[in-house]
Amino acid sequence: MNSVLLLTILSLSILGLVAALILYVFAQKFKVYEDPRIDDIEEALPSANCGGCGFPGCRNFAEACVKADSLDDLFCPVGGNEVMANVANILGKEAVEGKPQVAVIRCSGSFEHRPRTNNYDGAQNCTVIHNLYTGDTDCPYGCLGQGECVDACEFDAMYMDEKTGLPVIIDENCVACGACVEACPRDIIELRKRNKKDRKIFVSCINEDKGGVAKKYCSVACIGCSLCYKACAYDAITMQNNLAFIDSDKCVLCRKCVEVCPTDAIHELNFPPRRVKTGEASKKDASSAKPLKKESTVKDQQTDSPEAPKEEDAKKNIEEVSTKKTDKN
Amino acid sequence: MLKTFPMGGVHPPENKFSAGNKIIKADLPETVNIPLSQHLGVPAEAIVNRGDEVKTGQLIGSSKGFVSSNIHSSVTGKVIKIDKSLDSSGYKKASVSIQVSGDEWLPEIDRSSDLKKEIGISGEEIIKKILEAGIVGMGGATFPSHVKMSLPKGKTAEIVILNGVECEPYLTSDHRLMLEKGEEILIGLRIIMKALGVNRGMVGIENNKKDAIQHFTNLAKQYPEIEVFPLKVKYPQGGEKQLIKALTGREVPSGGLPIDVGVVVHNVGTSFAVYEAIQKNKPLIERVVTVTGKGVSSPSNLLARIGTPVSQLIEAAGGIPENTGKIVNGGPMMGKALNSTDVPVMKGTSGILLIPGEESKREQSSTCIRCTKCVNVCPMGLEPYLLMTLSEKEKFERLENEKVMDCIECGSCSFVCPSNRPLLDYIRLAKFRVGNIIRNRK
Repeated sequence: MNSVLLLTILSLSILGLVAALILYVFAQKFKVYEDPRIDDIEEALPSANCGGCGFPGCRNFAEACVKADSLDDLFCPVGGNEVMANVANILGKEAVEGKPQVAVIRCSGSFEHRPRTNNYDGAQNCTVIHNLYTGDTDCPYGCLGQGECVDACEFDAMYMDEKTGLPVIIDENCVACGACVEACPRDIIELRKRNKKDRKIFVSCINEDKGGVAKKYCSVACIGCSLCYKACAYDAITMQNNLAFIDSDKCVLCRKCVEVCPTDAIHELNFPPRRVKTGEASKKDASSAKPLKKESTVKDQQTDSPEAPKEEDAKKNIEEVSTKKTDKN
Repeated sequence: MLKTFPMGGVHPPENKFSAGNKIIKADLPETVNIPLSQHLGVPAEAIVNRGDEVKTGQLIGSSKGFVSSNIHSSVTGKVIKIDKSLDSSGYKKASVSIQVSGDEWLPEIDRSSDLKKEIGISGEEIIKKILEAGIVGMGGATFPSHVKMSLPKGKTAEIVILNGVECEPYLTSDHRLMLEKGEEILIGLRIIMKALGVNRGMVGIENNKKDAIQHFTNLAKQYPEIEVFPLKVKYPQGGEKQLIKALTGREVPSGGLPIDVGVVVHNVGTSFAVYEAIQKNKPLIERVVTVTGKGVSSPSNLLARIGTPVSQLIEAAGGIPENTGKIVNGGPMMGKALNSTDVPVMKGTSGILLIPGEESKREQSSTCIRCTKCVNVCPMGLEPYLLMTLSEKEKFERLENEKVMDCIECGSCSFVCPSNRPLLDYIRLAKFRVGNIIRNRK
């Protein structure tokens, strides 16, 4: 009896040892060397796996960082300069200061400004509509309002405004990963330089039709009048295909262009309310103030007041988003 | 037993109200708006300028590249605008607007109705003339016909099939054309056969057009190389691949073309256009358009010049009925709703369908109940419910493996779905995205 037990234990132990030996030999022979820094870098990255850096995930980005000679072309938009400094530290390389960016929606054709000319009742998907026709308005460039960008956003930085039918970006949450830019079939969303206090000036339109045509289907379209181009003293504005474009690198946020735009196609966001210079100017302001602009000034005041209400605002937005998501389910 | 394709298919209500109404010439409009992209492939380039006087049949847009087509003026008048304007694609595209002042045809066009049977020119000249005349597939896909006739190297055609199926409900333009221009269509077929060096022709006609079958069978007696086949009524028999399978039993391989099995298919409308181009020197400047619908007071088949506003054709058929909910360019199965009636008639406009309000709305869609009706009706043997789910979940690699690119977009799946799921919408989306991925790979 005893010998049977002994034999079993002995044979199994020998078998185990042999197996361990084989495993060890093979593990040594086929060992793939992996830079331990890859793990360190991955640890330092935000693990969002959003693809904003241009790589499929954080691990791939970490591998690319280790392989690359310099970090010039590599930037994690989610982590920003802080994370990139850490990464550079691990690798002993120079980190390049990346410019933080933020997404902007270049369409302001809300229900009010852009009349609906027909009804669409097919699949609720922007790309489907885009491949079919101009959408339920006549504008072939504008937002289709089905929220594919919002679905693509993984950072709760967007929500659909039901009043306007347009997506809205929550600046605090936007990490400029570019998922929404990719998702939009009409290339309406653009990543622009993030300015101090999230101040933004941009042409909120990508319509390349002639002025008269554009004006017909949207009251806030860029009509290509070049007034802003002439008003800009910093060469920041270029005109192409009946459309103005403001280069965010050159723009100094002087807001001259906003003043001259006859259709309110240029938006200023998160600025303090303008100082009233003369009676005439205020009169003009009051008469030309359209609802959209009013809204932005209301927002401006909020952002300019102490931090607390701003946070509250953002929270409210997030809540809205989450309730919307649950509604969908 | 009547021939038909073996897999899938549906039988929607036919509603061919205008089948008994003769083709009427539509009035000349005040202005025509001729898009420069009425075909698949590269848009034509305008060769006239604003202010130019043009005559009927004059070339105004020349083809750019091999897969492209010429565009001719359909009226006599003055070019008033060369600009982007809305066409039936739903987008603004480059087009030439002409203010009509009369109807003076180019002198070389033979406008008599004499039948010319002898084909005097060689195959190569035929293809060249078809290219010059701007002929494209008139069934709706508008693929340039000369491309179909120029065989790729190493391929030989054995059979030319004429597609007189017209399986779309409501539409009767091909049916009327077959009844009224039967002789010409058969000569057109013989011209196409000569161009391709083929000595076997087949005409497939669905059995709901008994008069056309009778007429063609009688006419074909004089041409021993041409056979006429009645086909069982089933949608989408007019699909190229389905028609080939039904008539010859050959199956076009996945991702392949009909020429891979030695077959070339042309629509009867195309055949008629080929006859006119070769025998009468007439470019493609007019086509038969069915204007129909349940509330339409006089459903008609109108011979309209290319560029005529759709609104004018609807007026000619008795105007828009009060409760119209949707105006569709094409038939109810594959047609596309128009968002304006100011769009022009194009080379591929086979019909204008006015759908009453109550029928035009989509029902609320609900979850898939796995009834497999869509799988049973798919003429390509695909699994639409799966393709839609994969499309929603963006599983593009699996979509490619599931042969999403084989879908012919016939809409049978959406038609039968008891849950009213937008199957075709999402399959189209998948085709668009997977197609982009495949193109980028090259």
